[in-house]
Amino acid sequence: MAGTGVGARVQRLEDKRFITGRGRYTDDINRDGQLYACFLRSPHAHARILSIDTSEALGAPGVEAIYTGKDLRKFVPTSDDLLEDEVGGLICGWMIHSKDGSPMKAGAHPALAKDYVRYVGDHVAVVIATTLRQAQDAAEKIRVDYEVLPAVVDAGEAQKPGAPEVHAGIERNTVFEWELGDKAKTEAAFASAAHVTRLDIVNNRLVPNPMEPRAAIGEYDPGEDSFTLHVTSQNPHVARLVLSAFVGLAPEHKLRVVAPDVGGGFGSKIFIYAEEVVCLWAARRLKRPVKWTSDRTEAFLADAHGRDHVTRAELATDGDGRITGLRVKTIANMGAYLSTFASSVPTYLYATLLSGQYAIPAIYAEVDAVYTNTAPVDAYRGAGRPEATFVVERLVEVTARELGMDPVEFRRRNFVKSFPHQTPVIMMYDAGDYDAALTKALQIADVSGFPARKSESERRGKLRGLGYSAYIEACGIAPSQAVGSLGAGVGLWESAEVRVNPTGNIEVLTGSHSHGQGHETTFAQLVSDRLGVPIETVKVVHGDTDKVQFGMGTYGSRSGAVGMSAISKALDKVIAKGKKVAAHVLEASEDDIEFKDGKFGVAGTDKAIDFASTALQAYIAHKFNGAELEPGLKEGAFYDPTNFTFPAGVHVCEVEIDPDTGVTTIERFTAVDDFGNVINPMIVEGQVHGGIAQGVGQALLEGARYDADGQLVTASFMDYTMPRAADLPPLKVGMTVTPAPSNPLGMKGCGEAGAIAAPPAVINAITDALGHEDVTMPATPAVVWRAAQRARMPMAAE
Amino acid sequence: MASVSMTVNGKAVTADVDPRTLLVQFLRENLRLTGTHVGCDTSQCGACVVHLDGEAVKACTVLALQCEGADILTIEGLAKGSELHPMQAAFREHHGLQCGFCTPGMIMTAVDMVNRLGHELDDHTIREELEGNLCRCTGYHNIVKAIGAGARAMGSQPLQQAAE
Repeated sequence: MAGTGVGARVQRLEDKRFITGRGRYTDDINRDGQLYACFLRSPHAHARILSIDTSEALGAPGVEAIYTGKDLRKFVPTSDDLLEDEVGGLICGWMIHSKDGSPMKAGAHPALAKDYVRYVGDHVAVVIATTLRQAQDAAEKIRVDYEVLPAVVDAGEAQKPGAPEVHAGIERNTVFEWELGDKAKTEAAFASAAHVTRLDIVNNRLVPNPMEPRAAIGEYDPGEDSFTLHVTSQNPHVARLVLSAFVGLAPEHKLRVVAPDVGGGFGSKIFIYAEEVVCLWAARRLKRPVKWTSDRTEAFLADAHGRDHVTRAELATDGDGRITGLRVKTIANMGAYLSTFASSVPTYLYATLLSGQYAIPAIYAEVDAVYTNTAPVDAYRGAGRPEATFVVERLVEVTARELGMDPVEFRRRNFVKSFPHQTPVIMMYDAGDYDAALTKALQIADVSGFPARKSESERRGKLRGLGYSAYIEACGIAPSQAVGSLGAGVGLWESAEVRVNPTGNIEVLTGSHSHGQGHETTFAQLVSDRLGVPIETVKVVHGDTDKVQFGMGTYGSRSGAVGMSAISKALDKVIAKGKKVAAHVLEASEDDIEFKDGKFGVAGTDKAIDFASTALQAYIAHKFNGAELEPGLKEGAFYDPTNFTFPAGVHVCEVEIDPDTGVTTIERFTAVDDFGNVINPMIVEGQVHGGIAQGVGQALLEGARYDADGQLVTASFMDYTMPRAADLPPLKVGMTVTPAPSNPLGMKGCGEAGAIAAPPAVINAITDALGHEDVTMPATPAVVWRAAQRARMPMAAE
Repeated sequence: MASVSMTVNGKAVTADVDPRTLLVQFLRENLRLTGTHVGCDTSQCGACVVHLDGEAVKACTVLALQCEGADILTIEGLAKGSELHPMQAAFREHHGLQCGFCTPGMIMTAVDMVNRLGHELDDHTIREELEGNLCRCTGYHNIVKAIGAGARAMGSQPLQQAAE
């Protein structure tokens, strides 16, 4: 068994199909008789639709149908006729209440626009034709008469008097005005502070851009009155639930949702989108499969974006360099509609992490969420936690500099040192060793050699800086009861089923979904390790609601801590059942059977039966009667965690800046993370690498920009800078381990750490190099050059 | 419609296509060779890289009709039967892929890189040469390692195979 168990760097079992071009992504799937959908999208950020003339387009070659918002009505049950009722709109599944107790104000979100369009890319009509090119050609022949209305795009402008209303009647474009923490205690801490550091922070809007664009194929079987949706989803069961219970397209048992190979998600494929609703509805209407694949421009326009916060942040300290209070006021841009989990991101995924790794006695956060005429904003890798970490780690760094303290010493002085630790913002940190990660990071990053490297840079006329980020995140989301009390519309447990076949090989069904994370390998490692069977005999099944009964999917770094814990629980049951079978076969008492090294044996004897033979005995059932024991070997489990998990670590970034050009080069990047126990270090390191690249992207390169009229001016890879290989150095990754006490495997989750930790590490390094001059993200050469000029000649600032 | 003939992965193919059909559309839609992916519409991402007469091209930037008489190699044609090409094997060994969507283009680019620049590729060269290939999952760290190792492995192959 050596080499494939828990902790081993096992090469991925799923790789063969990907490296040979045999992956099966949604767009690779084709159905007999399928038609192609092309969406006509709004060219305006805000407009009233006066009329839509489809007559010329309907006559174009190959066109089967064109639908607009008024067409999307529910079907008469068991009939092809339409009811007057419209299909349900897209929902937001997390209720947030404002300070005054009022529920959040969710504007209607129809799958196809009715009367108004609210962002560039909003869905106006769909053309369905024999070929994609015919659908695209016909879409250009649709004539829409718009009354263009004024638009608001900046979060900071949305609440101002006179700002256009994105949804009529939702005043000041305000979705909610929410708070967390103890306001009075925090104000008292600030009133008595020896020093207060204040920062104005913009957390830049990002476009997730998984390399596989979204896609959907809707199918309808008239004989069974049933539906199938192939879709690029991170959580097919949640998609089925929403499409059934809220959109009302089909009852759950008549709707199969399949998420086959999915080419990255980073959050953007959690959500239920208009296109999948329309493809499924149109497939029913036309009784033909309907396929849609996003092009990259559509992805920029209409995939849910990430981040986009404007924040005033303050940190209070006493005379000994100890943090006494933290206060933030954040305006979060929700875009034009509330996406599926949008409301949870700037609230319970953000403000609950504002204590960082620090013992802070008083915290108070106010968050206003606002509508603007931009694409919806929802969870993107890290989701709220990068925004919180950026606030905390910039404040901590700047405070240390203002106090004249070493930022490392300032952090150490304020670290949480004993566990469990209750923060003032809900979370109870249950395990960690923040000093250990910091010490290891300093060593791997060779911080002691930094002064020499800085001098060497200076000799070449370059500026060199060092920046830290000591981040924490809450993962393994989440205890269902806890999230229910905070407004979640669903529970966040996970399911697993372990099916042992008569020949001893094993199918593991999981409600998690793998879209790059390598579950087919790591989950198999766990099973192989626990049951003592070769890893090749384990197959992980996911992503199909017809195979897996239910599951909550993959996001929030939850698949290990929650998904694998469910598998672990099911494996316990398989072993318990196996002991009963073995007791009959070995003619021993069940209490005397022990399971070790893949064998059920009678304690103290050499009588034993291996796992595969036990499985066979369970199925042939010759050695026991049905009254004593049920035949078969198949067990399921639902696992609900008892707490969030708290991955944490320290990232250290070292940059060199050319003050003449503003070009920033990341010379070194070191990450030391505590993810608890690790199943496959190779895969975990890969997750860290990818997260860092996205974090560096946010810090240096990426930024979605709308112009004042609401046109997205960064709508392609020509205009929006994705991190490329030459933008990054080799990454140094280390780990420390404090097992998570809240789940049986001691795992914490690793998927988001890099994206959370990296941005403040990079900006802290740049500002260190620039003599503490602030820079905004993305710190492009133009931004850094201007800051470098200000640093040189303070009086000549712009 | 216009007729086009070419060799794809060693096999002669002929088809009638809409003249505006791109090579990548021809491969995916006509031949159902779906290993070549489309990740953007501006020739930036490199998910569609194939070899045209032995050189890497972005198949989204070539019309199918331009490939009349050409020899096309796609990711599906790279392995010799069940034996992986050394670059494919290196991507697996060094965890140079996660979601797998950029991978075919990365591997085809990498093989072309070796064909042009030889078997000893330093990290700096590899990173610069990957200018036309985007990956959102890996942070490129392991892709760079995989290409370096794959290049060396191609060098230790018999000459005849390595030339392919």
